[in-house]
Amino acid sequence: MAGLIYPAIQQFMPFYRNIAAKIALLPMIVISLTVFVGCIIYSFVYSLTNSKLVPVMNYVGFDQYERLFKQRKWDVAVENIFIYGFVFTIGCLIIGFLLAVLIDQKIRGESLFRTIFLYPYAMSFVVTGLVWKWVLNPTFGLENSMHMWGMTWFELDWLVNRDLAIYAVCIAAVWQGAGFVMVLMLAGLRGIDEDIWKSLSIEGVAKWKSYIFVILPMLRPMVVTAIVLIAAGVVKVYDLILALTSGGPGYATTTPAMYVMENFFSRANLGQAFAASIIMFISVVCILAPWAFYEFYLRNKYANN
Amino acid sequence: MKKFFSILLTIFIPLSFTNVSKAAGHMEAEVIHWWTSGGEQAAISEFAKAWEEMGNTWIDTAITGGDNARGTTVNRIIGGNPPTAAQFNVSKQFVDLVEQGLLQSLEEVASAEGWRDFIYPPELIETCEFEGEFYCVPVNIHSWQWMWINNDVYKQVGLPVPQTFEEFLAGAPKIQEAGIIPLALGGQTWQESGMFGVVSSSILGFPHMQKIFRDKDVDTLRDGRFEDVLNTYRELNQFTDEGSPGRLWNDTTAMVIEGKAAMQVMGDWARGEFAVAGKEAMVDYSCVIPGKEKYVALGGDVFVFPKNDDPKVKDAQLAMASMMVNQTVQAKFNNAKGSLPMRLDVDTSAADACMQMGLDLIQNPDAIMRESDDWNTPAFTAAWDDIISEFRNDPNYTVAQVMDDLEGVLTSGL
Repeated sequence: MAGLIYPAIQQFMPFYRNIAAKIALLPMIVISLTVFVGCIIYSFVYSLTNSKLVPVMNYVGFDQYERLFKQRKWDVAVENIFIYGFVFTIGCLIIGFLLAVLIDQKIRGESLFRTIFLYPYAMSFVVTGLVWKWVLNPTFGLENSMHMWGMTWFELDWLVNRDLAIYAVCIAAVWQGAGFVMVLMLAGLRGIDEDIWKSLSIEGVAKWKSYIFVILPMLRPMVVTAIVLIAAGVVKVYDLILALTSGGPGYATTTPAMYVMENFFSRANLGQAFAASIIMFISVVCILAPWAFYEFYLRNKYANN
Repeated sequence: MKKFFSILLTIFIPLSFTNVSKAAGHMEAEVIHWWTSGGEQAAISEFAKAWEEMGNTWIDTAITGGDNARGTTVNRIIGGNPPTAAQFNVSKQFVDLVEQGLLQSLEEVASAEGWRDFIYPPELIETCEFEGEFYCVPVNIHSWQWMWINNDVYKQVGLPVPQTFEEFLAGAPKIQEAGIIPLALGGQTWQESGMFGVVSSSILGFPHMQKIFRDKDVDTLRDGRFEDVLNTYRELNQFTDEGSPGRLWNDTTAMVIEGKAAMQVMGDWARGEFAVAGKEAMVDYSCVIPGKEKYVALGGDVFVFPKNDDPKVKDAQLAMASMMVNQTVQAKFNNAKGSLPMRLDVDTSAADACMQMGLDLIQNPDAIMRESDDWNTPAFTAAWDDIISEFRNDPNYTVAQVMDDLEGVLTSGL
């Protein structure tokens, strides 16, 4: 009897579908709701106050937001996160894909190269930041070495040049992240059926064309995964910049996350920090929501139909 | 809500939990501070030694960087696990803690020992006193108002040691020609704004500064003299090197010590670096308080004592507060730290020529200068410093724009 009823319940009441899995997920759901949603609400409420060192309920309306948008520093931070996000994502994808394709050419010592390329990813952002800080330092880094080798025309002042410093940060980040994308792509490439390659070569399609027009679209899930992981890293970038430039020269490489942390911990300006973090949250939702909706919901729907 | 906030912070800030000893007569105290360099460690250990000689236990929680240390203190207080004592600067940094009733009043011991009679200068009392009660212990005085100069460099180029920024600027091109960096400056916001503060007080004088920073008087800011400060500051910055961004202050001082650079503007804690390098004041290096009128700024450190439910902790806190202002302890501590003591009746026979200069100056009440952060919140000084740092680093940021932005901060009500 039960064997008949249970599937019937499942069919008509979707809530009971996979009930065991849902129970198992319950703690995670509860934690997400209380911690994430709770914190967001808390931050929003206190962003409407003039809290300084400790949170106090002293309502000032949207003053903190008004002040935030008047800050030159905030403008710089927002601009930087877009530059960083764009260069870092594109850089990682292109270099990661290229490395994967090159390694996929059945070369000798493949595992050695794979290890070398993946190695930077094993380092924390703080170490990455310090390494590149030394490499790019004009007084004792690469520029100095080149000068000592007689190449005095060589100039590498990115780190101390306020217009280029953010790109120096991007280089360090791409160096760290590209290997990870490479591994993802390589796994995807290894999953491509031999027959596809055979038929492509029978058709006489050039190798580079096969990669770009046939293989790359087949790697779509890998690309999506890579973008999601990279994008999550973009928004929260903090430690890399702290180690590499500390937001300098001046505040030329500051980011929204740094702005929040600064106001939160060293400037005793909690209200402002909350306001900035709420703006960060809203922007992330605005960018990610439509795309995530398409990628994870609409596409499945069409695929199922 | 406070509880919730504490949980939130606990996730981000690793806390070190300590058990407060219940044993009678023997007291345990955990002290958070940011004194981690060689000279600083020597200084704090004088406190620890004195505390342990009293038969107590000292738990040292040293956290690198003032910002981090203060952040940890605040988070632990709000999280319900306060340290016995914690370091702050002579400033408005801890006002909120007092207003929220989170700090232990020290009035009991302060009035019993007559702190108001011996703490000098009296401005330090103002820093610690709220509604007639003491809430912090000033332990030393540090002044930013110094130029540290390598004498050999000036001998080499045949120039006298400069006494003002104008004289320095006049000689700077000659030093540059000799292949030496005229101005050593570490490109971190606090160093840039610290030097800016010295330039402004040496040009404007303290009464003028007071009108701007204490009274928030826009007309004083706009009377045309502040532009001179900005221009002088911009001129000075032409004489730094390109390795400046992000350089630490002590690495920068080392450049002056080694003769790679001629001059650094830095607080009197730089003296420790010269001493460690075996250099002699006024022989190998000069310390100059720039400007026609000479000031000693009233920076420095205080300790606060967060409230605790345990009455034993309060006893320990009052005992420690009393120990910190003790004459003998003050003498040992400040000799190690290189700072000026917070009372005049302390033995300073070990002082070198530079420290003596500060000691002589501080006895004259007109020469005592206060800084922006004595009157203003960290949020205000940080917003101000951002503009100064950006002004130094962005050549397209015009003086007129900077003046508008500074006025914006002054009237922001931060």
